[in-house]
Parts: sequence; C-alpha cells; structure tokens
Amino acid sequence: MSDTGIGASVKRKEDQRFLTGRGNYTDDIDRPNQTYAYILRSPMAHARIKGLNIDAAKAAPGVLAVFTGADTAGLGGIPCGWGVNNKDGSPMNEPKHPVLAEGKVRHVGDPVALVVAETYAQAKDAAEAIEMDLEELPAVVNMEKAIAGSGPQVHDDAPSNLCYDWELGDEAEVDGAFKDAAHVVSIDITNNRLVPNAMEPRAAIGEFDKATGEYTLYTTSQNPHVIRLLMGAFVLQLPEHKLRVVAPDVGGGFGSKIYHYAEEAMVTWAAPRVGRPIKWVAERAESFISDAHGRDHITHADLALDKEGKFLGLKVYTKANMGAYLSTFSTCVPTYLHSTLLAGVYTTPKIYSEVKAIFTNTVPVDAYRGAGRPEATYLLERLVSKAAWELGMDQVEIRRKNFIPKDAFPYQTPVALQYDSGDYDATLDKALELADYAGFPARKAEAAKRGKLRGIGFSTYVEACGIAPSAVVGSLGARAGLFESANVRVHPTGSVSIFTGSHSHGQGHETTFAQLVSDTLGIPLENVDIVHGDTNKVAFGMGTYGSRSLAVGGEAIMKALGKVTDKAKKIAAHIMEASEADIEFKDGKFTVSGTDKEMAFGEIALAAYVPHNFPHDQLEPGLEEQAFYDPMNFTFPGGCHICEVEVDPDTGVVEVVNMTAADDVGRVINPMIVEGQIHGGLAQGIGQALLEQCIYDEDGQLVTGSYMDYCMPRADNLPDFKAATTETLCAHNSLGVKGCGEVGAIGSPPSVINAVIDALRERGVTDISMPATPQKVWQALRAAEMPAAAE
Amino acid sequence: MPNVSMTVNGKQVSQEVEGRTLLSAFLREKLDLTGTHIGCDTSQCGACVVHVDGKSVKSCTLLAVQADGASVTTIEGLAQGDDLHPMQAAFRDCHGLQCGFCTPGMVMSAVDLLQHNPDPSDREIREWLEGNICRCTGYHNIVKAVKQAAQSMKGQQAAAAE
Repeated sequence: MSDTGIGASVKRKEDQRFLTGRGNYTDDIDRPNQTYAYILRSPMAHARIKGLNIDAAKAAPGVLAVFTGADTAGLGGIPCGWGVNNKDGSPMNEPKHPVLAEGKVRHVGDPVALVVAETYAQAKDAAEAIEMDLEELPAVVNMEKAIAGSGPQVHDDAPSNLCYDWELGDEAEVDGAFKDAAHVVSIDITNNRLVPNAMEPRAAIGEFDKATGEYTLYTTSQNPHVIRLLMGAFVLQLPEHKLRVVAPDVGGGFGSKIYHYAEEAMVTWAAPRVGRPIKWVAERAESFISDAHGRDHITHADLALDKEGKFLGLKVYTKANMGAYLSTFSTCVPTYLHSTLLAGVYTTPKIYSEVKAIFTNTVPVDAYRGAGRPEATYLLERLVSKAAWELGMDQVEIRRKNFIPKDAFPYQTPVALQYDSGDYDATLDKALELADYAGFPARKAEAAKRGKLRGIGFSTYVEACGIAPSAVVGSLGARAGLFESANVRVHPTGSVSIFTGSHSHGQGHETTFAQLVSDTLGIPLENVDIVHGDTNKVAFGMGTYGSRSLAVGGEAIMKALGKVTDKAKKIAAHIMEASEADIEFKDGKFTVSGTDKEMAFGEIALAAYVPHNFPHDQLEPGLEEQAFYDPMNFTFPGGCHICEVEVDPDTGVVEVVNMTAADDVGRVINPMIVEGQIHGGLAQGIGQALLEQCIYDEDGQLVTGSYMDYCMPRADNLPDFKAATTETLCAHNSLGVKGCGEVGAIGSPPSVINAVIDALRERGVTDISMPATPQKVWQALRAAEMPAAAE
Repeated sequence: MPNVSMTVNGKQVSQEVEGRTLLSAFLREKLDLTGTHIGCDTSQCGACVVHVDGKSVKSCTLLAVQADGASVTTIEGLAQGDDLHPMQAAFRDCHGLQCGFCTPGMVMSAVDLLQHNPDPSDREIREWLEGNICRCTGYHNIVKAVKQAAQSMKGQQAAAAE
C-alpha cells in the first residue's frame, strides 16, 4: 500500500482552504451588478389567498420587482421524481406544487411573493409592505386526523389527504405464518420528525446572459445535474445547453440539498425579468420552514416467533407524512427505501408491509440521512429487543439465532432485495468486544451504587445503498436513472483532472477519489484534481446521496481509468515497438514483458499529445476517457451498534456513556474519512434518539423553528465514539466498496432507545419514544411508580 | 450613515455602514472576508466566531459600530503566511472538519479556549464548544484536535522558553 493509495488515511486535500477561510460557498459568491431577493412566506398553515396588494412594496426604496403566483402560474410545478402506485395499481395522487402559491397556501413557509431589491434589507423591508389578505382555513397536521376523511383537505384533488396506499408482499400469506406462531410481539412506534439542519443555509443565485441566452444557477445542491434536469425540463422549460448549474462548496446536506426547491426556480426565472443577477440566501428561521424535513412515520408492527425464538413472519403498517407537497424523492422513502429493508439481517421468511402516504399542512418531508432505512431499522430493532425481553431471551442470542448466515449470500429476502455479501456475526463479535459486553453487569452494579440506572441496547442492521441500478429503480417507479459518470483527462505533462458527477459537501471526495487515481496510475496525489459541482465542466451526474459516491461515482472513475490505461498501453506498445499484449502497467510504469524497456506514465501522456508518428488510422492522439457506470445491485453495508446509557432517575437525564459501532462498509479507501462519516452519522442518530424533535401545534405552526427550540446535538451532549470496521467485499463492484455515509444514522437510534428501556426496565418502564428527553423519561418513571403507590 | 474604523487581521479599515449592520455582515460584505460564516439568526450556531480584542465573540451579536476602534481577527488572519496556526493544523491532522462550514467559528472559539485554559480536559473542551454547532463530525475529532493543539502549543511555548 502506498502512502497515498487505497487504504491510507491521507489527510484531506480540501482542508487547507476550509481551515483558512477560503472555502467558496454559494453565499460567498457575488455576481457583478447583483440584486437581492427576499421571499414572503405564508404565516398560516392553510389559507385561501383572497388578495395580495403589492403596490406599496413595488414603490418601496430600492425595489426592482415583486412577483407573485399570478406571474409564475404558467410555469410547471416542482416535480416529484418517483411515482408510487396504489395497491390496485392506480397511480398515486400528485397535486401541483407551484413555485409561488396559487390561490391557497398549504404550510407555514409556503412562498407567496418574491421581492427583488438593490439590497437584502430593502427587499425584506418592502416585503413587509405587501398586504396579504388570507382567509384562514382549518389545518391538519396529524396523520390519523388527516386520513379520517371528515377533516380539512390539503388538496381538493386528494380525497382524505391520501397520496397513496401501497403494499409489498401478500398479507394473507403472512397471516398464515402467524397461525403457527408460539409468540406474537407487537409494537406501536413513531419515528420522530426531524429537521436536517445542514449548517450552511440554502442559497441560490440566478443569472441570465443576454448575449448567449444562457442561464446560470449557483445553488447549494448535492446534485447540480439533477437540478438542471428537474428545473430546466419540468419547471422553466429551459433546454440543458442553455442552463448551467453550479454547486460550489456546499456546507453539509444530509439529504436536504438533494431536492429541487422553488427558490432555485424563482431566482433563475426572475433573473432575465429583472435584467440582473439575483441572490437569495435563507435565514435559519426560513430553513426551518422551507427545507424538506425528515422521517415522520407512525407504524404498527407484529412479529411472529416460534417457541425457540425464530422469526416466522412480520407485518408492518406505516403511515408516512408527506407534508403539503411531494418533494423530489419523498414518495420512495417510506416504500422502496423502507419496506424493502424489513428483513433486516434476519431470515424472516414472510413479510408484509403496507404504507399510506398522507398529505398534511406541514413542510414537505423527504429523505434525510438514511431515508427510510433508519425507520425500518428502528422499528425492527425495537421489535426484536422487545421480543427478547418478552420471551426472556438474551439480546445477543435472539439476534444470532435469526441472522442470515455468512454462507447464505447472495441472499434473496422476501422483500425484493438480494443481499450480495455480509457477515453479521463478525460485526456483532467486533462490537461486543469493543463495548466490553462481558463487563456490563459490573458497570451496571457500580452505577447503581451511584444511584444511576445503567442500560445497554443493541441494534444489528443492514442497509441498502449505493443507489442504485437504473433498471431496478426504473421498474419501481423512479423517473430517472441512477448511474454515475466520470471523465479522466490526462494532461500532456501527466497531471490528471477527474470530472465526477458525484458532489462533495463534506465527504472528502477530493481526497478519496484522488487516492483511487494515485493508486491506479501510480502518480502523486498532488498531480490529481477532482472537479465536481458544475454542469458546464462535468458531462453528467446524478449526485451524492444514498451513500452512493464511492460505490457508484468511484466505480465510474475506475471504469474511466481502465479505459485510460488501455489507451496508454496502445501508445506504449507503439512507441516501444512491442505487441500490446506484452505491455504491463505497474506502479506508474509501462514495461515490455521480458525486456528492460520501460516508459513512465508521464512520458506516455506527453506522447499522446505529441503524436508525431502515430498511425492515425489505428491510434488517436490525446488521453482522455469518459465512462458511465450503472451498478448491478444496491450495496449492503451493515453492522452492530451497542449503546450504553446511564439514567438519573431523579431528573430523567439520559447520558450516553458508551457508543460502539462496528460496521462492514466493504473495502475502506481512507479509514480516517470513513471513521469520520460514521461519527457524524452516530451523532445524528443519538440526536434523533435523545434530543431532536420537530413539533407542530394543532394549527400547523412550527413550534421548534429555531436553534433555541429545536435541540441540535452539541459537543457536551455526546460521548467519544468507539468505531471500527470489518470487511466483506461488495460482490458486484471492482473496488468491493459498500458506502459509509448513512450507517451511523441508520444503525444507532434503536440501540440508544433499547439502552434507555433496558435501564428503566427494573422500574417497570417498557416503552419510551424518541426523543427520550429528561421530561419524557421522568414522566415514564413516575407513571410506572403509580400502580405501586396505589396499592 | 455612521463611519466605523477598526483593525482587521492587522490592517486598518474604515467604512461607512448602515447602523443596523452586524459585524458578521460587515466582515463578509464590506471586507470580503467570507471565511466568517452565518449559520443561524439566533446566535446559537457559532459559525461566525471571530476574535475582538483577543476574545472570541459571535460576530452576529455585535453591530459593526460596536466594534469601532477594536482589533478584530478572523479565520483569514489566524495563519502566519502559509504556516497554519497549531489549531488549524490539528483540525486537519485529526479530521476535525468535514463540510467546513462551522470550522472557522469552531477554530476561533477553540483558540480562545486555550488562551483561558492551556490544558483542557475532554469535558472542558466539550463544554466550551457548546456554543458552536457542527452537524458533520459528531465532535469526536474536534475534541481530539483541540487536545492535540493544546499539546503542540505547550511544546512550542516550552521550546520558546528554552
């Protein structure tokens, strides 16, 4: 292994600019003659727009233009990227999502008017002068009430607020498995609604060049080409060759920056109308009411077991909140990213899942780190732990007994997926060792002496990522392919530019991808540049989400590098007057086998651009190759997370005292970066389990709309982490990589809650919901004391 | 409009600003020092931390006019030429940053911690950084970086004293 190749913890190339304040985020960009936009948003969750008087705003100082839904009504709606069918095969209900509200507003934060002025302060001041005549309508935020049929309708054309009623599996067949069961364990569970909260608020700059007729959008996106496609083709009807989308340095995404948002369309559309570039930057309060939220499932599940504790069947009934409109990937999250994961790491033979997707007067809900897979893992691992407690089994034993054995791969689950590789005993063993499971009883006894309740919780999980084979997702309703592209440009002096369709917003692609190149071509890391985030530079790309960058984007780079070395061998054979079959390439050198002839990679690169004696009918000049890679399957990282908590029974405060993660993410290219990704996921998982909760009141007002109300995990809320990896290789990509971005957030929440319940069990508490706040824990403890007090 | 003058990263600057201009906006928009980031509107996130007269301050809590006459150091002024400050170097070495957005504020805050407490415990580091939110790293490597910086700065001071 070289010190910059595959497997090396290379320090990140991008850090120098970030550490010296020279990152280039969208808000850092100012375009010549730029104007500023402020977006007036609905203060009500549901209302009819009876009138909008914009005269005073138009006349306000510095104001250049004011636009409302009347101006943008001719544009296409914000599209949804995935169609899901109902049980009867009919398509889902897909109401229009207008760029600016038309006739009605449907959630607090729904954009009503766009004000463009010389300064941001002027735009904001002018927006206050807009008279919004809103007739408030009853709002619905609760999913049960929303589908009751008698209450408020979010969309007139979506009866009972139902987007779809979908199922996977044969319910009657699964019922059959329940007839033979010795035990049935049931659970009612809520997956709490979260706000992704990337630290960089969203921003967009729209620009139009009159001379060329070209539009440019600078935006905080995880996938600029997807935005170009969705906004260009569906909303603004702009052809791709006249629309450039640039996503420069992006300050975190976690899913929330995948989607095409109305603000991007607004500034792009308005730029030629104002005749100057228009910049919009979200204030954090605006992010809370306009960034897509995450999770928000309510589920009932039943698990059938035989008398030995083997799983016989699983039935899962889920209601998923879509919010007021369908965001880009919203519809596939509770279905194809959730129900297909319900086998988990277990051999459960029969599984049925029903999902009702429901509109409410809340911000749209979409994928957030893990997307569907944390929801599946949470309910499954809560259910498995509950089964162990009810049956009097050990938490480890019940899991091992039901694991898919390591010699059973490829393993076809009853819920559509075929896992290619894994070894769940290996990750469990590793985690047990790191967490010192054997020492837990002693630690618990010691904690008890201090008056603390100590508990340990498990989660053994698998997830599907590296999203995904186009053929598979296409057959399931995806309206796009999910391949990736890469271009390798070898310059005459041997340095290399890689153009990738993946997008880094914290993941360190500039380093990890460069390691692939350094390793393959045997050239120094500093001779490699990774270019991403600009549709005018990169041929095409589907972007970064679903832990797909390395498994799909990295594979595309490998494929293009393969084409480059093939071409380079031809050149080497020509120059060294040998047969192409005799050329070997190793450590950056081309040699003719059986001779001492050799040429360095840089010499071949130069020859490619100085082709004085090339046989031009057989060998083209230049050394640049393009590849598109579409995977054969999803990848399936998995592992075991063990959480140990101490609860103060007097205050209800839960402290995570040990957090262990052993994950199999396939081959690790940069261990330092992988560990960092796992840490970040764990923090978000612990945040969901203990701290974070997005709350709407009954009128649809967002109660947790700032960092004073929404509890983000701070440094003093979290422990040090113990993270380790084990390795089984992905069977269908050349690198053997599986993806690591989401594992922490997927695996950890049930381990935390199982630990809290384990701690509280001795006091008679058997259930606690996320987030397990001190108030909730304290109340559960007091409630459990009640019967005893009554006796 | 009032005129404000201050020293920023060692340079004297003087500009007319609207009275309501925050120091964070002044640095970003008037001086083009975009390393200071704005991540919230309630002074919670800490992405905008700079040093005012040597102390760490959330620059969104201060009007530019309140910093009149002060000496301000931003993330751009921390390194000596190409040589990173030990805190910056430690963040790189320990992978204490991912997307980089919270990083300038995090680094400026951590530098001030070591001015108060040159040898902080993990707990002290975590409590000091409670006002800086990072969504990427889970803080584990940030804590590691601050400890490493404390060690290397102690080493530097010892070397200087010899």
